[in-house]
Amino acid sequence: MALSNVLQIPTSGFNFENVARNVALESLLEGGHTKTPKPMKTGTTIAGLVCKEGVVLGADTRATSGEVVADKMCAKIHYISPNIYCCGAGTAADTEKTTDLLSSNLTIFSMNSGRNPRVVMAVNILQDMLFRYQGQIGASLILGGVDCNGNHLYTVGPYGSIDNVPYLAMGSGDLAALGILEDRFKPNMEMEEAKELVRDAIHSGIMSDLGSGNNIDICVITKQGVDYIRAYQESEYKDKRQKRYRYGPGTTSILTEKIVPLDLEVVQETVQRMDTA
Amino acid sequence: MCAPVIPLSFAKNTRGLRSQLKDSVPVTGMGPQVGAYGVQDTLRSGFSSVKNELLPSHVLELSEKNFQLNQDKMNFSTLRNIQGLHAPLKLQMEYRAARQIQRLPFLQSSHLALDTLKGNDESISFEDILNDPAQSEMMGEPHIMVEYKLGMM
Repeated sequence: MALSNVLQIPTSGFNFENVARNVALESLLEGGHTKTPKPMKTGTTIAGLVCKEGVVLGADTRATSGEVVADKMCAKIHYISPNIYCCGAGTAADTEKTTDLLSSNLTIFSMNSGRNPRVVMAVNILQDMLFRYQGQIGASLILGGVDCNGNHLYTVGPYGSIDNVPYLAMGSGDLAALGILEDRFKPNMEMEEAKELVRDAIHSGIMSDLGSGNNIDICVITKQGVDYIRAYQESEYKDKRQKRYRYGPGTTSILTEKIVPLDLEVVQETVQRMDTA
Repeated sequence: MCAPVIPLSFAKNTRGLRSQLKDSVPVTGMGPQVGAYGVQDTLRSGFSSVKNELLPSHVLELSEKNFQLNQDKMNFSTLRNIQGLHAPLKLQMEYRAARQIQRLPFLQSSHLALDTLKGNDESISFEDILNDPAQSEMMGEPHIMVEYKLGMM
C-alpha cells in the first residue's frame, strides 16, 4: 500500500523515530508492576596476558539478565581473524555484533591486500566505531593477537579509549582478577605458567563476583596457530540435569519378536523411458 | 555572568581549528519541515509539536544525521591543507558525477559508482545491516516522490 506521506526512501542505519515513545512507555511502566526487560549483560571476568610465545586470553562463561543467569555456557572469546581473538564484556548483543562487524571488515581487508591483519588495525577500527557512538554501544573488549610485529594485547573501552599493556582484566570481576595478575605476572613467561596464571585470575573473579561464574575458557594464540580450549576448567557446581530427552536404541527391552514375511507377486510392469540427452 | 577571558596565545592557536569548525554542517530542525505556503503540512505529516522539532530526543540523533557530511568536510579540508585546492575539487567533481547515476527516487538505486569512490564497498558498518531500504515496509507514492525530488511540492 503506497503511503502518500513518504517523500524519500528512508536512510539506512540507526533510526531514532521511536525514542520519544520509548521514554514515555518506560515512565508509564515504572509506576506499575511490570518492568521493562533488561538486556542480557555479560557481567564478566575476562583477562589476558602476553607471554614469550604468544598471547593467552581467558574468560568465564556466565551471562546474566538482571538477577537471573541467562546463559551458563556463553562464549565470550570471539574470533576476529586467524591471528586475533577478542574477549568481550558488557552488553552481550553489543559485543557480539561489534566483533562480528570488525571480523567482517578485517576479512575484506585481508582478501584485498593478501595479508593477515595487524592488531593495531583492529584496535583503530574499534576505537573509531565506539567513539562515533559515544558509549551508547556497551562493549568493553580485550583484543589479543600475534602479527608480524610481535605479540600484542590491547583493551578498548566502551567510549573509545584504548590501552596497550602486557596483562589486563576487564568486566565486573576485573578487580579480583587484576589482583592475582599483579601479584604473579612476570615478563616473558612460559606457556604453561601463563595458562595457569590466567586460569587463577579468572577463578578469583568467579569466586568474588556474582556476575561471573560457571566454566573457564582459555584461548592461546601463537605464531603457529590458535588453541581455543572451550571449558579449560568446568565448575564443580554443574548439575546432573539430563539435556536430551530422546531415548537411544536399547532403552526399552524387547520381550518377544515375531516376523511375518509378506509375499508380493509382480502384476504389471511398465517401462517409461527418461530422456537424458 | 562574566565573559570568558581567552589568553592571546590560545586565540592565535585556535585560528586553524576555527576555520574547520565554521565549515561544519549547520544544525536544522528535527521534525518535518514546512510544506507549501510556509506552514506545517498537517494533512501529510500530521500534527506538529514544537519540542519534537527543536530538540533531538536521543543523544546520537543529531550527530548521526550529519555524520557522513561532517566526515567528508573534515577529510576535504585536511586534503586541501596537505595537497592544495585542486585535490578536493577534483574529488568532489567525481562524486557529483557519480551521484547522478541513479534511478527515479521511488526505485532502489545501487549507487555502485559512488560507493566505489567513497570506499564503502570495502567496509561493512551499521548502515549496511540496519534498516536496509530494500526491505523497508513502507512504500511511497511514486508521483509524489518524484515531485518532491524535483522541488515541485
